[in-house]
Amino acid sequence: MDYETVSTFAKSWGVVYFMLMFVAVCAYAFWPRNKEKFDRAANIPLNEDEQ
Amino acid sequence: MNTEQAARRDPRWDLFFAPGMLVAALLLALIEAAKSPEPQMQIQAWTFLLAGIGVLVWTVRRYARGIPADDQSPYANDIVKAGVIASMFWGLAGMAVGLIIALQLAFPNLFYFPDLPFTNFGRIRPLHTSAVIFAFGGNVLIATSFYVVQRTCKARLAGGFWPWFVFWGYQMFILVAGTGYLIGVTEGREYAEPEWYADIWLTLVWVVYLLVFLGTIWKRKEPHIYVANWFYLAFIVTIAMLHIVNNLSMPVDLLSTKSYSAFAGVQDALTQWWYGHNAVGFFLTAGFLAIMYYFVPKRAERPIYSYRLSIVHFWTLIFIYIWAGPHHLHYTALPVWAQTLGMTFSIMLWMPSWGGMINGLMTLSGAWDKLRTDPVLRMLVVSVAFYGMSTFEGPVMSIKAVNSLSHYTDWTIGHVHSGALGWVGFVSFGALYCLVPWLWKRQRLYSNSLVEWHFWISTIGIVFYITSMWVSGIMQGLMWRAYNEFGFLEYSFVETVAAMHPYYMIRAFGGLLYLSGTVIMAYNLWRTARGDIRAAEPLALKPQLATA
Repeated sequence: MDYETVSTFAKSWGVVYFMLMFVAVCAYAFWPRNKEKFDRAANIPLNEDEQ
Repeated sequence: MNTEQAARRDPRWDLFFAPGMLVAALLLALIEAAKSPEPQMQIQAWTFLLAGIGVLVWTVRRYARGIPADDQSPYANDIVKAGVIASMFWGLAGMAVGLIIALQLAFPNLFYFPDLPFTNFGRIRPLHTSAVIFAFGGNVLIATSFYVVQRTCKARLAGGFWPWFVFWGYQMFILVAGTGYLIGVTEGREYAEPEWYADIWLTLVWVVYLLVFLGTIWKRKEPHIYVANWFYLAFIVTIAMLHIVNNLSMPVDLLSTKSYSAFAGVQDALTQWWYGHNAVGFFLTAGFLAIMYYFVPKRAERPIYSYRLSIVHFWTLIFIYIWAGPHHLHYTALPVWAQTLGMTFSIMLWMPSWGGMINGLMTLSGAWDKLRTDPVLRMLVVSVAFYGMSTFEGPVMSIKAVNSLSHYTDWTIGHVHSGALGWVGFVSFGALYCLVPWLWKRQRLYSNSLVEWHFWISTIGIVFYITSMWVSGIMQGLMWRAYNEFGFLEYSFVETVAAMHPYYMIRAFGGLLYLSGTVIMAYNLWRTARGDIRAAEPLALKPQLATA
């Protein structure tokens, strides 16, 4: 693996990998079935017992 | 007999192994102290030894009369209290050293002692940066992470005595690193100055920190892992990775303080700034964002504006930040495409940064009136505003054309301090103001008007600091690149230094104001912990509890 191979790989496949990561994150965050879970999670700091 | 009682009767192996690991390290330090021909190594080893013996004495005293009550309560609070005290102590020390070096720059003749080499700017500048970032910021992060992970997981801190190993081991690292700078021990890598033995010790401490944090998450009673814990986890894991890779080095001799990096040339530079920028990204950003995601909702008494946005914020921030480092090496031997990559990723960071800022600020929608009455919440909100401002400025400065003007000038110093004083400092202060009454079980702070004073004095201090550094930095950059009609440089270097003098005085004044605010805070927190209530502010006036 020489320098050219590595840099070409980084410059091309890097975009694909990044796009896929972003799509996966958005799908997870905005998946309708997860809404209830996240609404509950948002309240975790507020409904704790004082210790 | 329930399981908790059973657990209490188990032998406390943690009380054997954690101090045992410390004793093993102390024996190695004793060998160094006895055998090393270098006076610097002897001083370092003795410092570590004495501190370690102090920790062992503290341990024996704490456990001499059986297991303390705090070890049996649902949440471990003593360790968080210790972290709060350590944060306050290192914060005052680090900011005071910052004021000293600002004065050295403004009045080089007054604060110059050639017979006392430890007072030299070159030695105490890393003392300042390490003290405020790692000693103050690090203790705030460790303390708040231990507090937050227990509450949001509804589980006691894992590991028994091991969290104390993390706490004391970290203080010992700070002590050895800081005193090392003063006697001239340094790797010369920015924000990674400590030498090889201190690095190995920190690695041990940090791995234990990760295990304690993961162990607590593992036994959580809350099914979902709250977003703040994700940010803390990213901070702990990434700092471990950065620290280990950037400090791969070979000691000259096992009895010597000196070591050489495993990398050379531009690879070494890129490793260092991959580390350096991600110290900003994962220590000063991800870690303190965890504080924002817990303390802003908690203080505002309403959930985070959008939990979904916080998820997108988290994953995009950590995936993008890790590539931004090359922007520290514009116009160097680094390949141009790598420089451009660093610049592009820095600009992309606008999106997650501002997404996170909007998420923090909009949490107050419908409760903006609290800003008028609760100075602690105001401090937290202003910190988020500074986060937005400095994460806007940073990408601008990473653009190569801008960087050719800004790099190596005071503009960089101004930028760093708008992030450090405005974002990291204020969000930490906000968290500490919340934590002290909660931990010491006080109804409220000793004085809210002292918080008002702290807030305004320090805010004005930041404004003096960053505006003077903008003017100074841009002036410096313009003077360096000015040519006369014959094609020669218009100004000699010393002329640019002389031109900066008034701005250095303004900066030192801004630093003095900021430090004064911190002193007020330390007094207020100390009185709060003692259980005092300021006579002029009776308990009936409890604005922060008005809607509770």
